[in-house]
Amino acid sequence: MSTNEKTIEIEVLRYRPEQDAAPFPQTYVVPYSDDMSVLQGLQYIKDQLDGTLSFRWSCRQAICGSCGVMIDGIPKLSCKSFLRDYAGKGRVRVEALANFPIERDLVIVMDSFVEKLESIKPYIIPKEPRPLSAGEYLQTPAQLDAYAQYSSCINCLLCYAACPQVGLSPDFVGPAALALLFRYNSDSRDGGAAQRMPVVGAESGAFHCTAVGYCSEVCPKGVDPASAVNQAKGASVREYFMGFLGKGGGK
Amino acid sequence: MNHSANPRRPAQTRRSPEPIFWALFGAGGMLSALIAPMLVLITGIAVPLGLLLPADAMSYHNMLALAQNPLGKAILLAVVALFFWHAAHRIFHSLHDLGIDAGNGARLIFYGAAFLATLAAAGALLLLGF
Repeated sequence: MSTNEKTIEIEVLRYRPEQDAAPFPQTYVVPYSDDMSVLQGLQYIKDQLDGTLSFRWSCRQAICGSCGVMIDGIPKLSCKSFLRDYAGKGRVRVEALANFPIERDLVIVMDSFVEKLESIKPYIIPKEPRPLSAGEYLQTPAQLDAYAQYSSCINCLLCYAACPQVGLSPDFVGPAALALLFRYNSDSRDGGAAQRMPVVGAESGAFHCTAVGYCSEVCPKGVDPASAVNQAKGASVREYFMGFLGKGGGK
Repeated sequence: MNHSANPRRPAQTRRSPEPIFWALFGAGGMLSALIAPMLVLITGIAVPLGLLLPADAMSYHNMLALAQNPLGKAILLAVVALFFWHAAHRIFHSLHDLGIDAGNGARLIFYGAAFLATLAAAGALLLLGF
């Protein structure tokens, strides 16, 4: 390491359940260049300074959604955040995503999210059986626009770390799952809305949302879960009152 | 999922009554966004200061005529009641945002207040006659 190499202090929240009673911060001094992401800083620590540090990562290009962490208290993908942006202060704080139990260091337990994701049936449920010979589904640009942005979700859970309601009510099905629910309900190929609407209208459903909107701000893929959740509320209200008229179910 | 310890059914399968309150909240929000600023301007600034509107725009006779007209009654009831339901819902959920665990007691207080205000407004409008 040359003496004029730039360095930054990375403060990492450590927690190794077999030896630590509680999470605690540990600071590492890491040499960096302008093109280094926070993820690369963590990788430097693991490779050069402290092999016991645990964190999730895979693609390094904001596609896999594995490397979400709190960076200076804000949910971000560590691969999409750069050390140079924190150089002014000379230090950056990296912690496990908020609102989830910590499994180890920066690794969270995401079982609750996987259950919620399964509950919304995140796949196209065809309206009727369709033989291969019927060919591909055709969609107009308008039909594609109805759901396209919501299909960009990579399940990185930044929106769950951002959402105050997820923190207050762990049962809340949450922004990403509701955005994906809305994505499938809005797809012209899909006929499963009636199966998904009970998730929206349940006590753990969309009405937990108080329209804070921070979920949409932190999304690294430009998805707007707040909009999806609030449109889902509208759909649920229509479904609720149509139910009194004997026209329940559907969109 | 293991919910056997919970004697109640899990929250995932209980239907929320929230659509009723959210619909009233939404209606009140729409109404307050559209007309509340103008109401403040008219009743709080323009009429007291004698600007833009005739001096007797809100005189007793004019107001009584408004409140005795069936359409006027409907508008007054909607404005008073829906503003109350909107406020009750917003305050209740803001408590939750602030980390105050507002349960059914708080629901009873806020939605109850909106309900009583609705009854009071409807009663007053009926007592004024047609």
